[in-house]
Amino acid sequence: MRLIESIGEWLDARLQLGTSIRETMEHPVPRETASWFYVFGSAAFIVFILQIVTGIMLALIYVPSAGEAWSSLQILNHNVSLGWYIRALHGWGSNFMVAIVLIHMVQVFLFGAYKYPRELTWIVGVFLLIVTLGMAFTGQVLRFDQDAYWGLGIGASIASRVPVLGPWIVNLMLGGPIIAGATLSRFFALHVFVIPGLLIAFVAVHLLMVLKLGINEWPMPGRVVRKATYIKDYHELTRKDGVPFVPGAIWKDMFFAAFILLSIAVCAAYFGPFGPSGPPDPTIIQTSPRPDFFFLWLYAVLSFLPPSMETPALLIGPVVAILGLLLLPFLFGEGEKSWRRRPIAVLTILLVAVALGTFTHLAQHTPWSPVMDAWSGEPIPHEFLHNRSALERQGALVFQVKQCHNCHSLGDEGGKRGPALDKVAVRLTQDQLIRQVIQGGGNMPAYGKNLSPAQTTALVAFLETLHPAGQSPARNASRALALEPDTAAPSSHQ
Amino acid sequence: MTLPGGLTRRDVLMKLGILFNGIIAAILAVPIVRYLLSPVARERKGGYESWVPLGSLDQFPSGQTRLATYRNPVANPTDGDTADIPCWVRNVDGQTYQVFAINCAHLGCPVRWFQQSSLFMCPCHGGVYYQDGSRASGPPERGLFEYHYRIENGKLLIRAGEMPTPGHASNIVREIRPCV
Repeated sequence: MRLIESIGEWLDARLQLGTSIRETMEHPVPRETASWFYVFGSAAFIVFILQIVTGIMLALIYVPSAGEAWSSLQILNHNVSLGWYIRALHGWGSNFMVAIVLIHMVQVFLFGAYKYPRELTWIVGVFLLIVTLGMAFTGQVLRFDQDAYWGLGIGASIASRVPVLGPWIVNLMLGGPIIAGATLSRFFALHVFVIPGLLIAFVAVHLLMVLKLGINEWPMPGRVVRKATYIKDYHELTRKDGVPFVPGAIWKDMFFAAFILLSIAVCAAYFGPFGPSGPPDPTIIQTSPRPDFFFLWLYAVLSFLPPSMETPALLIGPVVAILGLLLLPFLFGEGEKSWRRRPIAVLTILLVAVALGTFTHLAQHTPWSPVMDAWSGEPIPHEFLHNRSALERQGALVFQVKQCHNCHSLGDEGGKRGPALDKVAVRLTQDQLIRQVIQGGGNMPAYGKNLSPAQTTALVAFLETLHPAGQSPARNASRALALEPDTAAPSSHQ
Repeated sequence: MTLPGGLTRRDVLMKLGILFNGIIAAILAVPIVRYLLSPVARERKGGYESWVPLGSLDQFPSGQTRLATYRNPVANPTDGDTADIPCWVRNVDGQTYQVFAINCAHLGCPVRWFQQSSLFMCPCHGGVYYQDGSRASGPPERGLFEYHYRIENGKLLIRAGEMPTPGHASNIVREIRPCV
């Protein structure tokens, strides 16, 4: 014990850091901030450390070469003992880090912590969010599989829409004309050197400001932020009713960080690593690329935007969102901090959360994508074929063979791109069915050139059987009159 | 020693030092920026494109649409499989051909050909194209990207080398107007 003490003294005589470390640890924080709501920032930091450690572990084996990256992931998964677990820790750590950073941001927003004098802390936080998402995207590219390959294609297609500079941005992003070796190398450099460097620098500034300006006090309704008086009031609060950060507040941070690390470890052990999916060979086109969890909402948005709005929304949307976040502390730098007095702030969070959640949920089901193998892999349920005539069954065959099933479901099987056809005969008359099949429209291709008259007749005969047992199909009233001579319409108007 | 204007010798030397470093930084920046911009500069010098053989014409029977692959003309040894690029070849009538890029005109996902319904479908966001590459439905704003082709000694050649993207299509491929 004496030995450790004397080594410590020897070191401190030279480093002279002891006093400032002690002051930092014991600096008073407002009593109410020793709360379970104030643990997310430190948890994000701990997960970042985990990412650095596991990232370095992976770099011992991983080969950042387009020809070999995928095999090196297989080696990590199967040939290196516990290589799969390190990959799983890094992958789950990434998901947890994005989630915790987002939760931290929501907490800071709802507690009004971005207001004077912590504007710059918030702005650096916005940069931290951007680089964290940058790490998530570039990391997904390093898992160089089919999803990564086509994900890069989507990124390039979006970048190419920038006016004038688009093609050059694509070449710079890909490092050449196509997605290939140079692309992976530069995403490796970004993921391993550039973005982590920025992340470390931003974290340092962010933390420094938390220490210099003090942690945000617990917001009380009616305790209004005014630039003239805030700093004096804050110091009075910490002096009168403060607790030393260590150990007054830090034990909760420690418990939560440990809980998060444990959760990551358990998820990694139970669910295992992410992918890789198929090899990054563009000639394997039987693939349905999907982005990682935190970009699923974007995938959904991209399929719902009308074509004319897509380019403006893709290029202007992110700029507006980031500018809005950066300007927030300047527009609302004073006033009430408590969420109880800021209904618009609460509603904004709810709106964004519901929107992102809905889009993410939709992207997990991808109702807008055709089910590419439904025509050959998902048969028509038998109740739609029972007691049908030969012509109608021939129509069911046309329905399968012409890939109608890829976009239209029957009995919940098949694509959801177009409307379900279980009851289509109730909605459309025979003439309307023929017209829709031949001419398409309403986002359906026209099949006129691809169907013979016999096939169209059979298909429509089948579609006309698609109505509930007790409900008669839609029919054209005037046509019925014309076809039944004994109830012929009065001819006065003719 | 104080110079006229209140400058000391040390001030002048420090400013000279800053100036020297600035000049050296500017000189070093030239090769660094040039290096970083090499993917773009390459394009200005003559481009990435050249004529690539897709194979003999008998692989593409009349009236059919078949998948073909080629090795990208600009490729490095480390590219592995990523430099093998697929494309769709349509033999219209035995005389004329159409060669479509694999990339959907929406966001670049690989489109698949369905011979029975004569449609190209995209698995990502549901873009659909007719057999001549024109847009049928879904989010794409235009038809499939089409390569220029020529026939030489019974072989089909296309002008390729760069991934077509919505913002960069007109330079390398013919625009197809949607037939509505």
